[in-house]
Amino acid sequence: MSAATPGVAARPAPAPAPPKPTTMAQALNQALRDAMAADRSVHVMGEDVGTLGGVFRITDGLAAEFGEDRCTDTPLAEAGILGTAVGMAMYGLRPVVEMQFDAFAYPAFEQLVSHVARMRNRTRGALPLPLTIRIPFGGGIGGVEHHSDSSEAYYLHTPGLHVVTPATVEDAYGLLRAAIASDDPVVFMEPKRLYWSKADWSAQEPAQVPPIGRAVVRRTGRSATLVTYGPSVPVCLEAAEAAKEEGWDLGVVDLRSLVPFDEETVAAAVRATGRAVVVHESSGFGGAGAEIAARITERCFHHLSAPVLRVAGFDIPYPPPMLERHHLPGVDRILDAVGRLQWEEA
Amino acid sequence: MTVLDTPAWRPRTDAAPLMPDPEPFRLLGTPEAARLDPALLGELYGQLVRGRRYNRQATALTRQGRLAVYPSSTGQEACEVAAALALGAQDWLFPSYRDTLAVVARGVDPVEALTLLRGDWHTGYDPRATRVAPLSTPLSTQLPHAVGLAHAARVSGDDVVALAMVGDGGTSEGDFHEALNFAAVWHAPVVFLVQNNGFAISVPLAKQTAAPSLAHKAVGYGMPGRLVDGNDVAAVHQVLTEAVARARAGGGPTLVEAITYRVEAHTNADDATRYRTDDEVAAWQAHDPIALLERELAGRGLLDDALRQRAADEAEALAADLRTRMQEEPRLDPAELFAHVYAEPTQQLREQEAMLRAELEAEQQS
Repeated sequence: MSAATPGVAARPAPAPAPPKPTTMAQALNQALRDAMAADRSVHVMGEDVGTLGGVFRITDGLAAEFGEDRCTDTPLAEAGILGTAVGMAMYGLRPVVEMQFDAFAYPAFEQLVSHVARMRNRTRGALPLPLTIRIPFGGGIGGVEHHSDSSEAYYLHTPGLHVVTPATVEDAYGLLRAAIASDDPVVFMEPKRLYWSKADWSAQEPAQVPPIGRAVVRRTGRSATLVTYGPSVPVCLEAAEAAKEEGWDLGVVDLRSLVPFDEETVAAAVRATGRAVVVHESSGFGGAGAEIAARITERCFHHLSAPVLRVAGFDIPYPPPMLERHHLPGVDRILDAVGRLQWEEA
Repeated sequence: MTVLDTPAWRPRTDAAPLMPDPEPFRLLGTPEAARLDPALLGELYGQLVRGRRYNRQATALTRQGRLAVYPSSTGQEACEVAAALALGAQDWLFPSYRDTLAVVARGVDPVEALTLLRGDWHTGYDPRATRVAPLSTPLSTQLPHAVGLAHAARVSGDDVVALAMVGDGGTSEGDFHEALNFAAVWHAPVVFLVQNNGFAISVPLAKQTAAPSLAHKAVGYGMPGRLVDGNDVAAVHQVLTEAVARARAGGGPTLVEAITYRVEAHTNADDATRYRTDDEVAAWQAHDPIALLERELAGRGLLDDALRQRAADEAEALAADLRTRMQEEPRLDPAELFAHVYAEPTQQLREQEAMLRAELEAEQQS
């Protein structure tokens, strides 16, 4: 049996290039390319990932550079894609699976819940599955039905999975490298409306890759703390900017990782303000925000001046594109929630 | 000449060579059986007797409360044994939940093979060390795993074949379809063994499929289908050995349908009298895999007392070992519940483990 080499650094990293304007899509592509170059056991697979380079071009050029055995156009069957990836990981490879869209990943749900999440546990650690499942998720791109779901709650409710989502170009690269290097299965949720967001950036040394499970404070504040992740991070930063006109100084915590959940960073940020609003795009009922709000309340109760509020998508099936702007939490809805944080009693 | 005649749009595969024979392949009791190696027949006989005894002992252990449940493969021992023996040491076996016996015949410790059904953990053996995947309770979901593993081995340049087992009911699942399709497209070195035992719990095959046979399903994927008498251990062994050799030589996957019968109920918790007749069971018991092989051995003068005695002794030794070791209380460590969820437990899991430890300490003190 060929032993796979876990981890990343297998060949010396090239000298870092000077920062240049880069999209999140390009950073993800670079992360895949660097991971494949560093570790022969990394295999990319999914629908249209080969010749086409993926419908979002995240796998652009990988089949040409590494061959079709390492960047494979699979049959169009998500359970089969993930199921065969499980077998590949059992053999010692490190598959990176692309689910083409959030709602197209549901056929793979049984493989994910019944096998991916449990194999390590089932076998007392004898058979870990170093698997990354990339899922473009969320709305805001004008997609027709089944192209805009926020499905993270299904995954974070499943013990055995890590669930991460980047909000910046830098994190897109770092978190994807960390996900591929992880010996645990990672559901890597890519906020597709941020694919074309840009930053001046160059690839990091693997040593600088942030570990999975650490939230980051994007903005410190004194009035209230917005706790968010993925596609809602830029919205919250915009809201914090706009809040200055109202006289509020809002902090913003980007969770980056829903599982593991970084309670320390969140609790410290909320204690500093005594008020918190959790913001996400997916439906509120039974969503990530419910868990986050509960944990903030449990950890920070005596520091809170107001109940923790949530701003989330409505509890409706994802709307048609011409109506989606009413569903997505925007700056105004976030500021309305901040306004309801019982300031009169302060 | 139209565009339909260009290579991209023409069917690529001639279906005829992929078609299963109309009648199940048999060896025992046929003239071809004379060519079978007596040593192989002796080994198969010993394994069948041992397997039957293992099934009987495991079923007894459910009545004693030592096993939570046991889906018996009594009557299907020929398939179980042949599947294990058709593989080389480097190959992988992917069993379904009814295939504990194949796992044991492959060489896994007979007690470790029962961990799932005793309930002290999910999988008791090390799949990497034994090259046996965990017993799969969800139907057919192990089949894409087998395909992926075989594919991974092939692209790694390793000589490894995967043999995946599934029942007739499992062929209705979507994962069966996807696994066979991936295997054929990838030309993966994998063999699918369908044990058609007539029933998915209570539902007969006629309500499961309208296909000419389950083996015919292979043709649609572009792989050969083979139909075999699943109670003829020599036939199943030969068909599987050929399919494994074909996969090993780069010939791609094969689907084998073995026609057999689940003599016992679905599990000890099932009542089979609600959906089938005693006459039907009796008819199949007249086509019993051990009896078929004994007849063949006797006809060739190979079934002497020594062979019978050796098989019976080995079977009793296995049963006695199982009885003794299954009477021991399994080692249970509640803290282990948190140990294998992730490579490193999360903060939340560490807190929950501490809570459980405190509860256990309080329990001990009270």
